[in-house]
Amino acid sequence: MDHRILTFAFMEPPFESERTVTFFRLLDAALAQGAGVRVFAYEGAVALAFARQAPHGNAVHGRDAEQEAHPLSKDWIAALQAKAAEKGLTFEWINCGLCVDERGVNEVIDGCGRGGPPDLWRYAATAFNTLTIGTR
Amino acid sequence: MKVLQVIDQAFRTTVEEQDDTILWLTQSMRGAGGELTVLLGGHGVYYGLQTQTQPALQLGDWQQSAPADLPRDLTQLLESGVPVYVILDDVTERGLSPQALRPGVQGIRRDELAALYDSVDQVWQW
Repeated sequence: MDHRILTFAFMEPPFESERTVTFFRLLDAALAQGAGVRVFAYEGAVALAFARQAPHGNAVHGRDAEQEAHPLSKDWIAALQAKAAEKGLTFEWINCGLCVDERGVNEVIDGCGRGGPPDLWRYAATAFNTLTIGTR
Repeated sequence: MKVLQVIDQAFRTTVEEQDDTILWLTQSMRGAGGELTVLLGGHGVYYGLQTQTQPALQLGDWQQSAPADLPRDLTQLLESGVPVYVILDDVTERGLSPQALRPGVQGIRRDELAALYDSVDQVWQW
């Protein structure tokens, strides 16, 4: 299948900013429109794919962990991986390795790799376009 | 492919990372063969005038030994062939002098930015 690829470079960590949710909505919309997606996660964004994220209950809400079903960014990535696979689209995710090391978030979910800035350049050079979303 | 790196924030995590993360990213991609240009705007224009390294952080007995050296990083970028532009209007609005721009850094007016943006294939606003 011939389809366009969009590259995203993202810096926000999970659970800190609405920019993170907006970023994931953009990925979902890109896939919905038939565009493949490549992500370079930089700085705090490398924690988005951290495999040991865990849901928790919420006493204020009066719900246990199962009832609360707390959102986890690693699950959002997995859901987008599945959506891309169903549609026959590319979905690639590379974490900045140095950013991973300094944060100790080495355990990532399947399908997310480790790399560096040359991967961002490679992604961008072969993409239809690139969107960078830095921290503010 | 040509990319313009637009940096309009200054000193974002420079203590923890011991560099500006986008200047570092640019140096690294340049090393991988990337054709890049840097545009400093907003508070980021200060990088174009700065001559001092960052002060070292001390917390209790912990002493930082390798604080950020942004003038060095900017010099290395220039020496690697990355053009660096500074928005002159943002310099003067902050009470800084365009005459203090570091050698090799080029000033550019806001009304000249469209041509700079048109000269590259992608613009990455950080």
